[in-house]
Amino acid sequence: MGLLFVDGNQAVAMGSLYAGCRFFASYPITPASNLLSAMLETLPSAGGIALQGEDEIASIGYCLGASMAGMKVMTATSGPGLSLYSENISFAIAGEIPIVIVNIMRQGPSTGSATRGADGDVQFMRWGCSGGLPVIVLAPADVSDCFTLTVHAFNLAEQFRCPVIIASNKEIGMTSGTLDMERVEKPAVIDRTLHESGPFLPFQVKPGEDVPSFLPIGGPILVRQTSSTHGPDGYITTNPSEIQAGVERLQRKIDSNTESFSYFDLEEREGARTLLVAYGITAGAARAAATELFENQNIPVSLLVLKTLWPVPEQVLQAAAVGMERILVAEMNLGQYVQEIRRVLCNQRVDFYGKMSGQLISPTEIIEEVTHG
Amino acid sequence: MDSLLNPDRPPVFCPGCSHDRSVHTLDRALKEMGLKGSDVVIVSDIGCSGLFDTFFKTHAFHGLHGRALTYAAGIKLAQPHLKVIVTMGDGGLGIGGAHFLAACRRNLDLTLLVLNNFNFGMTGGQFSCTTPEQASVASSFLNLLEKPFDVCNVADCAGAPFVVRSSVYRKDLPELLAEAISFEGFAVLDLWGGCPARYMKKNPLSPKEIESAIEKLQPYRGVVSTNIRREYSSHYREEAAKNTAGVDWQGIEKTFEPTVKERREVVFLGSAGQRVITGGGLLGRAAILAGMNVTQKNDYNITVMRGPSVTEVIVSPQPITYTEVGKPDVIVALSEEGVRKRWGLFEEMEKGGRVILAAGVEIPTTDAEVLEVDYKAGGIKKKERALAALSLLAKSGDPVTLEMLREAICQSFQGKRMEEALGVIVKAAEVPFHVKTQSK
Ligand code: SF4
Repeated sequence: MGLLFVDGNQAVAMGSLYAGCRFFASYPITPASNLLSAMLETLPSAGGIALQGEDEIASIGYCLGASMAGMKVMTATSGPGLSLYSENISFAIAGEIPIVIVNIMRQGPSTGSATRGADGDVQFMRWGCSGGLPVIVLAPADVSDCFTLTVHAFNLAEQFRCPVIIASNKEIGMTSGTLDMERVEKPAVIDRTLHESGPFLPFQVKPGEDVPSFLPIGGPILVRQTSSTHGPDGYITTNPSEIQAGVERLQRKIDSNTESFSYFDLEEREGARTLLVAYGITAGAARAAATELFENQNIPVSLLVLKTLWPVPEQVLQAAAVGMERILVAEMNLGQYVQEIRRVLCNQRVDFYGKMSGQLISPTEIIEEVTHG
Repeated sequence: MDSLLNPDRPPVFCPGCSHDRSVHTLDRALKEMGLKGSDVVIVSDIGCSGLFDTFFKTHAFHGLHGRALTYAAGIKLAQPHLKVIVTMGDGGLGIGGAHFLAACRRNLDLTLLVLNNFNFGMTGGQFSCTTPEQASVASSFLNLLEKPFDVCNVADCAGAPFVVRSSVYRKDLPELLAEAISFEGFAVLDLWGGCPARYMKKNPLSPKEIESAIEKLQPYRGVVSTNIRREYSSHYREEAAKNTAGVDWQGIEKTFEPTVKERREVVFLGSAGQRVITGGGLLGRAAILAGMNVTQKNDYNITVMRGPSVTEVIVSPQPITYTEVGKPDVIVALSEEGVRKRWGLFEEMEKGGRVILAAGVEIPTTDAEVLEVDYKAGGIKKKERALAALSLLAKSGDPVTLEMLREAICQSFQGKRMEEALGVIVKAAEVPFHVKTQSK
């Protein structure tokens, strides 16, 4: 066994197969098209189904149907396609349908630049659907993360019966790198909890739990799925207390478990007065900058790389920021995630460095911000 | 077999609504076929037809407006034994037009009931894609301006192999519906009925009038013989079984010792057709043979067969954090348009850096050593240039050796392609080069 030479999208495909994905549908869009190719190449021979939908709405729709019929499903797109997914993402939240959505971000707004990376959808992924209920968003920083976080994404989707978005970037998805399968973290695979005995109501939760157990459409016991506001039986409800309890549960099942899936890397340096915060492709430059500052300029800077973006890992941020005089957030947009960090660390100085020119933020630019900010 | 109607949830349509009739027609068809509730899923759309799933004791899926066919397809592919019945109004058909066309073309075994009542009942009687021009509806004069859509004609043109146009009041409809559900492929039923609460207020429409309107149109009574072909789901599985490509989980075994101690940045600046990206990939694989980390980032035009082609390869024994090239150690300059894409990079190069320059290509002044090679005179074809330059680079052993490069070729290609690539290395060794002095 040796190193694999794969791009981020191929690593996502591998992670999905490892996690048990058996259904994939997407519509071609740069920079996510080669993920479609990878799935078309590998899923059918693994006994699964890979489809090219007639559009993005259909692609995610196929996945939602297949997921309710019991398969682990994934779809992939970029900003323009994510916009078209919006209504079905709300549905996946409301109907508690497990699905992994890969968003390979590219320069926007709108059609933008197909082959230029950006992290411009960071707030959109969280707030881009009706109802405003939480979603889980994980952000890989390199090919190894693409593999590992895809497995986590499936596990979380199955465990919490919800959509999980992988926030990748053209610069990760289409850049090849070395992946060491012996050393890469391979989380144990989790499957959705099946209803075992007793009467089945499709959205009924056991006392003390927040996630209903699952049965597939097509099995011997009848299953209902609906995008309408429903009670535990899956029929429309107009009862205000039942409605309120339902949406609160949808929020609670994600938010109250945030700590269990707050993935991050923290490089702490003794004597550091500045905490650098980055995610995605910018994490690499931030790492290089922190190393350079320490080794060649004798400036210790701590670095926090966030791999769970939503829900915001507030405790991780607070712990990492203790004693820091300055927090510097670098991201490939005009200042999106920094708003969350300002909210969480409201008593500390939080500065922002970002650009959205299609070019990566370089270590030199970050060093400049640290030393002259 | 028993009725599959849900005794706890009787239909709640407006008095006289034809949907009520359709619910009972569907139930009779399912009963006649002897189906159990768990054999069937009803996938309903939005609007009054979206209530259908609640009246039956079957599996049920009620999703977004116009998208019912997409969920149905996912369910059918995952659970091929299910009878998948989609109920949709003329509204859902309009907004989901692309899915309708795709379903007709695909021929997955689904049965679509278009409960066509010529308007949007639930939202107040607005015009739909089937509203007649002369009808008076809630969208002011707009329907006057648009031609209504012939559901059956469209289905036929798009490839649906089973198409029915019928009044919901037709006596033998349950039998016809059972035939459609049994049909192995995509079956479309355009079922005409009345919405007394909205449409019929200003546009009286008796069952008789429906009947005679249908008689004037091209008849569709089931199988469309010109569209008969393999059902998608079984065909998919048959083709998939032939597909044996799997994932390479093994990777590239380490068989060489690392040749460099520090990060190296190599940039190829060329044009489409020079196999620049393939060359970068071979460099990467060669470096991985020595257990080194590699990244490769490409930049080329959307029109892949013309224009500049750039690849940036970073090789390092240490983990690579930042994946963009800053100060290249090597630039392979193969074409003007490629060079123009990264003109500024030459300035960043330091003493000790190397440029492999195809003769005739203009580059900016640089501190790096420039090796000029006349590939044209050396008989190196356009598609061989990147590899030829790579083999000159490998001669130095930095960042890979010729042995590593040869091994990478043998592992990446097979047969003729491998022979050709190995041949390029031999040929490239013969091409003379000289150090070019640049005047500052
Ligand atoms: S609005 Fe029209 S279609 Fe809807 S239930 Fe009433 S009569 Fe039927």
